[in-house]
Amino acid sequence: MSPIIEAKGVSYRRGGRHLVQAVDLAVTAGSLTTVVGPNGAGKSTLLRLLCGELAPTDGGIVVNGRPIRSIAPWQLAHLRAVMPQASDLGVPFTAFEVAGLGVEGIGRGLSERDRLHIVGEALDGADVAHLAHRTYQTLSGGERQRVHFARVLAQLRAGRSVEARQVLFLDEPIASLDLKHQLALLRHVRRLADDGLAVVVVLHDLQLAAGMDGDLVLMQDGRLIDRGPAEQVLTAERMAEVFGVRLVAKTLPPHPWMLADERGSTFAQDALTCSDEPRRQASS
Amino acid sequence: MSTGTPGRLLRTRRGPLLAGLAGGLLLAGFLAMSLGPTGIPPGRVVDVLAHGMVGAGQERAGDALIVLQVRLPRLVLGILVGAALATSGALMQGLFRNPLADPGLVGVSAGAALAAATTIVLGDALLAPWIGPLPFAALPIGAFVGGLLTTLGLYAVATRSGRTSIATMLLAGVAFGALAGALMGFLSYLSDDRQLRDLSFWSLGSLSGATWVKVAAVAPLVLPVLLASPFLARGLNALSLGEAEAFHLGVPVQRVKALAILLVAVAVGASVAAAGMIGFVGIVVPHVLRLAAGPDHRVLLPASALLGGTLLIGADTVARTLAAPAELPIGILTAAIGAPFFLWLLLRRPGGFSL
Repeated sequence: MSPIIEAKGVSYRRGGRHLVQAVDLAVTAGSLTTVVGPNGAGKSTLLRLLCGELAPTDGGIVVNGRPIRSIAPWQLAHLRAVMPQASDLGVPFTAFEVAGLGVEGIGRGLSERDRLHIVGEALDGADVAHLAHRTYQTLSGGERQRVHFARVLAQLRAGRSVEARQVLFLDEPIASLDLKHQLALLRHVRRLADDGLAVVVVLHDLQLAAGMDGDLVLMQDGRLIDRGPAEQVLTAERMAEVFGVRLVAKTLPPHPWMLADERGSTFAQDALTCSDEPRRQASS
Repeated sequence: MSTGTPGRLLRTRRGPLLAGLAGGLLLAGFLAMSLGPTGIPPGRVVDVLAHGMVGAGQERAGDALIVLQVRLPRLVLGILVGAALATSGALMQGLFRNPLADPGLVGVSAGAALAAATTIVLGDALLAPWIGPLPFAALPIGAFVGGLLTTLGLYAVATRSGRTSIATMLLAGVAFGALAGALMGFLSYLSDDRQLRDLSFWSLGSLSGATWVKVAAVAPLVLPVLLASPFLARGLNALSLGEAEAFHLGVPVQRVKALAILLVAVAVGASVAAAGMIGFVGIVVPHVLRLAAGPDHRVLLPASALLGGTLLIGADTVARTLAAPAELPIGILTAAIGAPFFLWLLLRRPGGFSL
């Protein structure tokens, strides 16, 4: 399947430093790509390059076979949505209005009623429908993040009237969420990928990252070190080499019940593979 | 449809709100034509507006002259200037993502004022040779060019590799404002008695001396701004999330910013030229509307134009009648009302403002 968005030898240099260096990465429909790496590895920068926000200093980003720079912002907005790390707001919009920004000007042939419906569904999907009338500034950090999740859901839903193949980028989407909403959001994201959406998510929590389906992308110093399933990417040697946490990795508490989700599959079960004995786990 | 969501996308129904504001504007305009040193009964105003100069009676002819040649051009100018000030305030606040932004704040008004003051004081010596045949146009053109140059200068200072830093622009605006203030002080030091009087009267702001010629000079600048600004509404809404987020939502951010800046420069230049320095309309009007109807620019921009016009002609009517037959400069009035309001805004906001 041809990739929707593809980075070809992409580098980004700023102030004499390579934040991202010679990265090749293809994002295909239905794929779920989790980007991990230590602080300053270039994860967020890579995301900003892929979504067209930054222009690479070397290499190119290709969207459906065309250079990303040749695509107008409004066209891009139909085929990809980006959930930011943190977002403040200059004016007192309500949660509903913030989510509504996702459908303003996006989509073709949608009636006012359709748009209203999309926003309502998105708020439901992000579990913030009960906050719809609250002013954004009065929400907690986690609630704000969920409102932005609703906004990107609405944008994707509205954009689907124009673009069938879409990409969702999430930069640390669960940083300020409580555990219940962390798992709910990741589950939601996985479901979207199952439905054919391409998802690229930057995660800081390795244990949760290891539990994601799909590929892990490990970055260090701007370079893409490895790409593949968690047990291949997060070996004990890698953990020591990239994160410098041999000891911490060993002490990751093997508490499956803590991270079990309701379907019975556990994040922690998979996550165990990123603790000190990945080989044995994989072979057993 | 989930239970928590409202029944429509816009918080306020735009049609009824704008219709109500337009009604208020008409009413205020009607009062403005009727009230003044010479009271003219409302019936006569209607008659004159309907039939012009044609009609019986000497008294009526006098009233018709007052209405058509004095009060109506002043009214139209007031509406244009008020709408321009309030709209550029709303545009600036959207652009800066800060409800306290105002063309006065970033030095655009100061730049326009400096150029206009230069025209007043040095105009005879410097400009007469080439602008001589158009003396009435020298001041508006000067103010407009000054506002535009200031805005372009600010933009150049604040833009690095294609990105405009709003914080830099605010700080540069403070510097530009201070510089313009110093130069204006110098100009007033240079000027003779007549020029000094012109200068001080003009810097207080006034709609007196409105003529159809002035209206004709201002309208072609202000009307396009009023008509174009609603097209920026979606972009400004998205910009409230931040520039990156606005881009993600499909907004051509640089283009929106550049257009907003241009519109502000044109509107402020034109209104400063026509009526001098009139402060606080650009802050008070959008703020009141945000409280009443929410911050959505699709509502805010057209509503600001209507309420700005209403507020300014209301203030002008008070300025004309309070000390009749003498006139209070309208800038004194708007500052006297606007400054305490501004302070109240600051006190109301817990934690103060961040830029």
